[in-house]
Amino acid sequence: MELHHLIKMANEIGGFFGQMPREEAISSTAAHLKSFWEPRMRREIIAYAQRDGAELHELVRAAVLRLEMPTPPRAG
Amino acid sequence: MQSINDQDLGTPARHAAQTITLEVDGREVTVPAGTSIMRAAALADVMVPKLCASDNLEPFGSCRLCLVQIEGRNGYPASCTTPVESGMKVHTQSEKLTSLRRGVMELYMSDHPLDPFECKAGGKCELHEMARVVGLERVRYADHGRTHRELPVDESNPYFSFDPSRCIVCSRCVRACDEIQGTFALTIDGRGFNSQMSPGQHQHYSDSECVSCGACVQACPTDALMEKTVLEKGRADRAIITTCAYCGVGCSFKAEIRGDQIVRMVPNKNGLPNHGHSCVKGRFAWGYATHPDRVTKPMIRQRTSDPWREVTWDEAIRYAASEFKRVQRQYGRGAVGGITSSRCTNEEAYLVQKLVRAAFGNNNVDTCARVCHSPTGYGLKTAFGTPAGTQDFDSVLAADVIMVIGANPTEGHPVFASIMKRRLRAGARLIVVDPRQIELVHLPHVAADYFLQLVPGTNVALFNALAHTVVTEGLANEQFINERCDPKEYAAWRAFIADPVNSPEATERITGVAAAEVRAAARLYARGPNSAIYYGLGVTEHSQGSTAVLAMANLAMLTGNLGRPGVGVNPLRGQNNVQGSNDVGSFPHELTGYRHVSDPQLRAQFEAEWHVTLDPEPGLRIPNMFDAALDGSFKGLYVEGEDIAQSDPNSQHVAAALSAMEIVVVQDIFMNETAKFAHVFLPGSSFLEKNGTFTNAERRISRVRKVLPALAGKEDWEVTCDLARELGYPMEYAHPSAIMDEIARLTPTFAGVSYAKLEQLGSVQWPCNDVAPAGTPVMHVGEFVRGKGRFLPTAYVPTDERTGPRYPLILTTGRILTQYNVGTQTRRTKNVTWHAEDLLEIHPHDAEQRGVRDGDWVEIASRAGAITLRAHLTERVQPGVVYTTFHHPESGANVVTTENSDWATNCPEYKVTAVQVMPTTRRPERLPAGQLPESARLAGK
Repeated sequence: MELHHLIKMANEIGGFFGQMPREEAISSTAAHLKSFWEPRMRREIIAYAQRDGAELHELVRAAVLRLEMPTPPRAG
Repeated sequence: MQSINDQDLGTPARHAAQTITLEVDGREVTVPAGTSIMRAAALADVMVPKLCASDNLEPFGSCRLCLVQIEGRNGYPASCTTPVESGMKVHTQSEKLTSLRRGVMELYMSDHPLDPFECKAGGKCELHEMARVVGLERVRYADHGRTHRELPVDESNPYFSFDPSRCIVCSRCVRACDEIQGTFALTIDGRGFNSQMSPGQHQHYSDSECVSCGACVQACPTDALMEKTVLEKGRADRAIITTCAYCGVGCSFKAEIRGDQIVRMVPNKNGLPNHGHSCVKGRFAWGYATHPDRVTKPMIRQRTSDPWREVTWDEAIRYAASEFKRVQRQYGRGAVGGITSSRCTNEEAYLVQKLVRAAFGNNNVDTCARVCHSPTGYGLKTAFGTPAGTQDFDSVLAADVIMVIGANPTEGHPVFASIMKRRLRAGARLIVVDPRQIELVHLPHVAADYFLQLVPGTNVALFNALAHTVVTEGLANEQFINERCDPKEYAAWRAFIADPVNSPEATERITGVAAAEVRAAARLYARGPNSAIYYGLGVTEHSQGSTAVLAMANLAMLTGNLGRPGVGVNPLRGQNNVQGSNDVGSFPHELTGYRHVSDPQLRAQFEAEWHVTLDPEPGLRIPNMFDAALDGSFKGLYVEGEDIAQSDPNSQHVAAALSAMEIVVVQDIFMNETAKFAHVFLPGSSFLEKNGTFTNAERRISRVRKVLPALAGKEDWEVTCDLARELGYPMEYAHPSAIMDEIARLTPTFAGVSYAKLEQLGSVQWPCNDVAPAGTPVMHVGEFVRGKGRFLPTAYVPTDERTGPRYPLILTTGRILTQYNVGTQTRRTKNVTWHAEDLLEIHPHDAEQRGVRDGDWVEIASRAGAITLRAHLTERVQPGVVYTTFHHPESGANVVTTENSDWATNCPEYKVTAVQVMPTTRRPERLPAGQLPESARLAGK
């Protein structure tokens, strides 16, 4: 997946929930990513947040780091 | 000419608590107060002769054929214009009445062909029928005196002709245009003998304001106004009720058939979305179904550079299945997916998502609502608990204030617009929020009280300013909020919205709308008392589309405008089955009824029914599929009824993604642009060739009935079943009714839906279950589906798509009445008469700065690409904004649109693209239907 695109999308999600109190904003952003992002997208953004995450807004990075790394895909 | 087998009671029904009992020809009948004698008689099975009366028009009293006698009264009143009174004794037959009626009929017939076989209505016109009914045997004046028989026929409309020599000047056509359509295009010109029906001012139909809805043709009691198809094929001998396949109004139609051919489509007077009305597309533009471009043989090819090879159904299905299996073996279970379409039936969409989830074993299924109303789903579900419009269409007739936001109903949803205009003519107030002056802003009989012409992309700022005004001026409905909404969330939202940053004065520099106008509109909306919001893609197709839907929901809750007729938040869905395809589980994160795949109890229910283990993780959305294709992890796609290569944003990106896939299977009625990247083409069936259901924008489920045999031999649902079987997952159904039964078993909101119920009720609005066995016209009565209504802060965030020196203008897009979306259907009909090309609307100020004159060719360049259109100078758009439609492939509007999308749903931001417009000597390529310009194409593999 295009990482830059994922970062932009994640930051936009955080932009909406960022209006809420911090804890609620982080948990809502994390819940949104878990609900709507396919595992390979989550894997990529989590890996990015773990290794660097500099382009993620601070709140978004915190939300991404709360996500559980999805298990790799099973064979077809 | 009315539809065959329709009974006409003469005048419209009246609704009154008081009833009146009277006697007609000795028969006692009880009717609501205000009912005409004519209708009361018809309800007592006494048919009074009539010509100018029809039960879809207000009584007029001109033909003088419906005269009756009333005991105790002098004279012979017209039964159509005389209301019933208690104890009345009416006589419809007497020697005197017969004499009077024959006299009237004799005059009519003196200027009309006497022989019924000369009648172009197949001997069935009402005039000849009434001549027979009144016993007219001869006409004394037929052979001398002046007549109208030499008047020329107006053939200018492509779908119907007007022969004034057959016109009896009953005014039914004029009244239909006025009362039903609301266009007022027709008139009776001249006086006395010179009286003649005339479109516009002595104009041909094609030159007048006529919108070709056909209401006049249906109203005509003679053969003066006739569909050309009836003149060519003769009168139908039977009719089948079905549902239109164009916009989300979902009009009910009678397909009239003679032999194995459709003669005409007539709107069903008992159809609840449309009440017997239609638009030019639904009534006339159905010829595409038998267009020579239809592909009727399955085809395969190994590489997209190879020529197509016609094969049997078995070979095509086998090849498709084997390739999907190979790709999954090679790249993983998640390397394939499917796309359903809003043009498909509920049953078809359900089967495609079932195939993906059960046979592919993942949740990589999405639908074209992704690119239109997915923010509606997110926003309304979050705020109210249900991702659907809150009202039925007729609710607008109880609205006092109507706010139309980012929608153009007279062009995009014309039949609903006619109902809305009727309410506006009756006194409802109108607020229009749109970057462009839509027709509703100013019509001869309808005008907006406030036209908030905002800068594209600033909806949220404007909605916040409206809500700020309501809150800070003490106009909030605190009682409703206290009873119906979450108090903690309301308190937090109230603090947010009351911040001066959201005031009209502060947002004026963002939206471009004067603060005083915003405040006045907010007061009007808040005071209602019944205020209703109707919105379209001008709200959803933005980077803040979901935020905007939430902001509208906030506004409706704030003012208590939910849970009763006349109010609500109502999406006007673009396609016929946007609502339905979403309802039946087409989104990658939801099973039917909008329930998340991560719910183990829910999955267990489906697993028991489907006998498979389901993936608990959400799948890829359409744009995610493209991204995954480009990174090599998504290699196969099954697309039913959707042309993603033409309709999705940034065409070059889509083309690259499709080119990167190893198996693309397209199921469609035409060889569309996506098929150029396909390896298997499975011929689809049009809405006239299959059984199923559509669900319209008011959640109304209506039957689609098979009118013609499937040209390719299979209905679409059968093809999906065949593919699933070959993939090793048999899906066996005897009929689409069994598919709906399965949906009902698995979906609480559909639990009471069945084909038997649809036969019985005609249609039904979900939720339909034990609580509401006849369906639910108005939602959230007494309580929101989610319990307490949810206010959420909706801060305005500007889009990343910014104007600047290189791209100083904002391009926004819309539709025109006669064409539909990318034009796949309508460009294959005579509707091309009215819209030969897409034009770029540009304000004269912007045009002058660039040296552009009306009609000049201009290049529109964005960060994504460039296209060429002809310029049309108009003040309908504001300076700094340009506008075009996207109905013609050579326009390639999606060549310039970008990949910016809604934060919550990835719905593309079609409505805001920064562009530069300059004169050019280039010309767009002229292409066959369904083909993109070369600039948008990449070489296939």
